[in-house]
Amino acid sequence: MQSTYMTRRTVLGVSLGPLAGGRAAIAADVTLLNVSYDPTRELYRDINRAFSTAWQAKTGQRVTINQSHGGSGAQARAVLDGLQADVVTLALAADIDALAKRGLLAADWQGRLPANSSPCTSTIVFLVRQSNPKGIHDWPDLLKPGVTVITPNPKTSGGARWNFLAALAWAQRQPGATDASAEAFMRALFHQVPVLDTGARGATNTFVQRDLGDVLIAWESEAWLARKEFGADTYATVYPSLSILAEPTVAVVDSVVDRKGTRALAQAYLEFLYTPPAQDIAARNYYRPGDPAVARQYAERNPALNLVTIKDFGGWDTAQARYFADGGLFDRIYTAGK
Amino acid sequence: MTTARRSALPGFGPAMAITLCWVSLIVLVPLASLALRPWELGLAGVLHSVTEPRVLAALKLSFGAAALAASVNVPFGLLVAWVMVRYRFPGRRLADSLIDMPLALPTAVAGIALTALFSPKGWIGAWLTPFGIKVAYTPLGIMVALVFVGLPFVVRTLEPVLMDLPQDAEEAAATLGATRAQTLRRVVLPALAPALLAGFAAALARGVGEYGSVIFIAGNMPMISEIAPLLIVIRLEQLDYAGAAALGLIMLLVSFAILLLLNLLQKRMGVRVR
Repeated sequence: MQSTYMTRRTVLGVSLGPLAGGRAAIAADVTLLNVSYDPTRELYRDINRAFSTAWQAKTGQRVTINQSHGGSGAQARAVLDGLQADVVTLALAADIDALAKRGLLAADWQGRLPANSSPCTSTIVFLVRQSNPKGIHDWPDLLKPGVTVITPNPKTSGGARWNFLAALAWAQRQPGATDASAEAFMRALFHQVPVLDTGARGATNTFVQRDLGDVLIAWESEAWLARKEFGADTYATVYPSLSILAEPTVAVVDSVVDRKGTRALAQAYLEFLYTPPAQDIAARNYYRPGDPAVARQYAERNPALNLVTIKDFGGWDTAQARYFADGGLFDRIYTAGK
Repeated sequence: MTTARRSALPGFGPAMAITLCWVSLIVLVPLASLALRPWELGLAGVLHSVTEPRVLAALKLSFGAAALAASVNVPFGLLVAWVMVRYRFPGRRLADSLIDMPLALPTAVAGIALTALFSPKGWIGAWLTPFGIKVAYTPLGIMVALVFVGLPFVVRTLEPVLMDLPQDAEEAAATLGATRAQTLRRVVLPALAPALLAGFAAALARGVGEYGSVIFIAGNMPMISEIAPLLIVIRLEQLDYAGAAALGLIMLLVSFAILLLLNLLQKRMGVRVR
């Protein structure tokens, strides 16, 4: 048995050897660097494996995709400081805008791929403890006396900015709401927050491992992951009456791919994210697929929600300046009246 | 110059040249680049960016917590150093290596471990909660972390001085009828004062700049438990390089002033003792 196997392998090796060598001469092995944000490790590990296989089948070229992960803002800064990212896949468009403003990629980058350059989306939900002892069902419940809320620092975390905007969207849409009433709601909300972690994963750890807080405001994908990791019965996901469409965006970094000559490959990699197999991988990693057919398959996991988008806030530039920049709404929550 | 001529190193010139180059390369050039960075904001902009209430609160917290932690470390560090130098006991070498652990341990690991211990559901935190004492996610937590990272600095500064401290001076004081307390107060502590101050300065300097261990336990609430190094990181995340450098510069200047003052004080004490 073993000898037959050996023989077959030798024969295969001998016959394929020259072919493989010939291919290598035409198409050398290439590497691509994907600089991404924190909780996408598992997602892109699966995507990269699928893409490498598909790309090699199509072109014969062997491609290695390296991943780098960290807080979305910190990753953007690293690219700005010279990290040679062929593609960036970050938590929010604002971080890629920052690169575009400094000339690393074209200003119209977000129109170059379908769906605002956002192949899959997510939303912001509540993760509560088993059987929801504090009765948290919607945003105003977070303000009940004795409820502690865990959310990371919007200054350092992209996910936290989505959390912040989702809460703000709800407050702005209440009957008779004004800017002042919305600000008062946000101030009351952050009054219930005992710790501001620097990143989304850190906040999840505070909630599940430090056992702190009654509710975690989190990415829907992160809530699913926490339940998968610690048991679906230990925690429950609560969908608020209104949330935000969180759109993590992807882009080819023009200045890097032009220098390295990897534009075609980088472009193909990002386009691959929109294909059904990649959409399926994204859905299995608890993201909301953009492809309608795949989305239908996972509809049970991703219930339809009432969602606002970043456009309702006038885009990232406006939102950033009004809420998160120095002296913005978030700063005023903590500095006013002290 | 005469001492230089007699020294073991061959030649004052080359040694001094290498020293200057090295110090410039490792210390002065990075510091100079930091000092030059913020001025694109203009003087008014720099002043404004370091006098916001949130910045002032963070600076007060960073320097205050570091000073308190160093003050805690001085008496306990003295005790530890005393035991290490004056007594021989089983496990002494092991204890000696343990003291260095806060230096070797990645600070993030220390921070996470301390947070796990002191959080309301942690081993120690669970005992303190009924008494209304909150450590993790408060300024007290920051102090705990800084005491942890600062201890070896005090112990290691004191040990060589304690070793050199002649025990016969204490014996002489005793034979002259001094009580133990008097010996400690009149003989031992004055001789140790410069070293105690140096240990305090080292622990303080370490605490002011500490980021890794503090960030996990601090809670990071603006105006309450947000340390200055975190504000620097936040400014970098906002791509406000100049603002971050301004804050770095102000921390550098304050630290430099404090260390200079402590150095002068230490020198005067040294003179008085001799």
